[in-house]
Amino acid sequence: MSETEWTPDQPIVSIKDVHKSFGDLEVLKGVSLDVMKGEVICIIGPSGSGKSTLIRCINALNDIQSGSIQVEGQEVNAPGLDKLELRKKVGMVFQQYNLFPHKTALENVMMAPLLVLKQPEDEVEKRARALVKKVRLEGKENNYPGELSGGQQQRVAIARSLAMNPDVMLFDEVTAALDPETVKEVLVTIKDLAAEGMTCILVTHEMGFAREIADHIYFTDRGVIVEHGPPKTFFESAKDPRTREFLSQIL
Amino acid sequence: MLEAFQDFFRELAQTNPKWNFIYLYDPVQTERVLTGLWTTIKLSVVCVVLSVLIGVIGAWLQGSPIKWLRMFVQGYIQFFRNTPPLVQLLFFYFALGQFTPTYSPDGWLEVPIISNVGWAILSLSFFAGAFNVEIFRAGIESVPDSTKEAADALGMNRFQIYRYVVLPLAFRVSLPSLNNNLVNLVKTTTQAIVIAVPELLYQLVSIYNDYSTAQNACMVLMFLVYIVLVGILVMGMNKWERNMRIPGYGQN
Repeated sequence: MSETEWTPDQPIVSIKDVHKSFGDLEVLKGVSLDVMKGEVICIIGPSGSGKSTLIRCINALNDIQSGSIQVEGQEVNAPGLDKLELRKKVGMVFQQYNLFPHKTALENVMMAPLLVLKQPEDEVEKRARALVKKVRLEGKENNYPGELSGGQQQRVAIARSLAMNPDVMLFDEVTAALDPETVKEVLVTIKDLAAEGMTCILVTHEMGFAREIADHIYFTDRGVIVEHGPPKTFFESAKDPRTREFLSQIL
Repeated sequence: MLEAFQDFFRELAQTNPKWNFIYLYDPVQTERVLTGLWTTIKLSVVCVVLSVLIGVIGAWLQGSPIKWLRMFVQGYIQFFRNTPPLVQLLFFYFALGQFTPTYSPDGWLEVPIISNVGWAILSLSFFAGAFNVEIFRAGIESVPDSTKEAADALGMNRFQIYRYVVLPLAFRVSLPSLNNNLVNLVKTTTQAIVIAVPELLYQLVSIYNDYSTAQNACMVLMFLVYIVLVGILVMGMNKWERNMRIPGYGQN
């Protein structure tokens, strides 16, 4: 590829003027944002504003019509994209957990490193056990997803994604399907990750959480970024009337 | 002991000419029944395995991005599902059989490279396979896109997603229907009699053609054997289903 070598002082994820349509419906109308290594970014906004679509474009689960998305210098919007290379760099956690129901918690975590990275089993198992411990699920290694609560399943999903050693983690409304009492355990796990310096991009409706952990907040509405800024400025002195209206409804 | 047993049935046949269990006391007939039974078992096992393979491969091809491949599989299903298996057997053996190459082991007799047993295996496997494709397709469609997407996001390729995520889940969903279809297949092997495959029905019919008093006894045996054979198959399938059950997933 003819891309210039990426260095850590450049944005780890760089999104420039991205347009994306589903049929006639344009969901992203020229979105740009940069994420530096170790930053935590929260994308908030009303339903249908394109925020989930945006993060799904970062690891090429959705393609884009025009613009550029670069992850560590790799252009995502390029013909013949090396998806495997991209997905080794970008981990993703989904709203519905999407665990493999026929595999135990530990097997879920081990599967991709074994199949995709072809790492030796004993090494993978050691790392998987450490990850299960890290998401505070020690003792649940041999349980199937159907035997775990939503919050526990979501933490397995986080561990599963971390097992690939990604540089960037995408969280797509990961607490939206959870019972209120299990939301917190998942948020604590993400907070730990952020504190360790993992680059995180979150789409979330948890305003309090966003305010607490984000370095930068982006507000999207109808396919554009309306306003962005550090949490304090964003929540206390939003300038755009749409942002203010959204915040007044939600806070 | 054995002789007393044989004598009992020999006498029964004399006192009750409608109940001649000839295969229980005449070793020649016993031999015919046993070879017939063995042929039936072999035919069943080979066809079950082949038809499941055809089902898995067909369902995989149905998900192919290449349109003519999907159309080919669809055509195959329509042909084999919508025509009677008896007609298929006759067609394969008598019609297609004319066009297959022959070889001559002794330089005199011309033997077709596909025997009647070969044609029975092919035609019955493709018959049951057509249903299996549909059964597995239903199972595959029951796997949520989001689960496949998660595997995709972890870097698995299309084959790995199919082999390690979709198939294991689809298989569990498909097992009850597969069970039914395989039961049907085992019973349909009797129709191979029309192309003279020496399976159990063929042998028993031959016996009561030779000894007309044995007719009822032969038919009783036929039912008994199939009750047991299919019973074993169903037991095995049910056990398999239980072993594959995932705690907390699907029906509990």
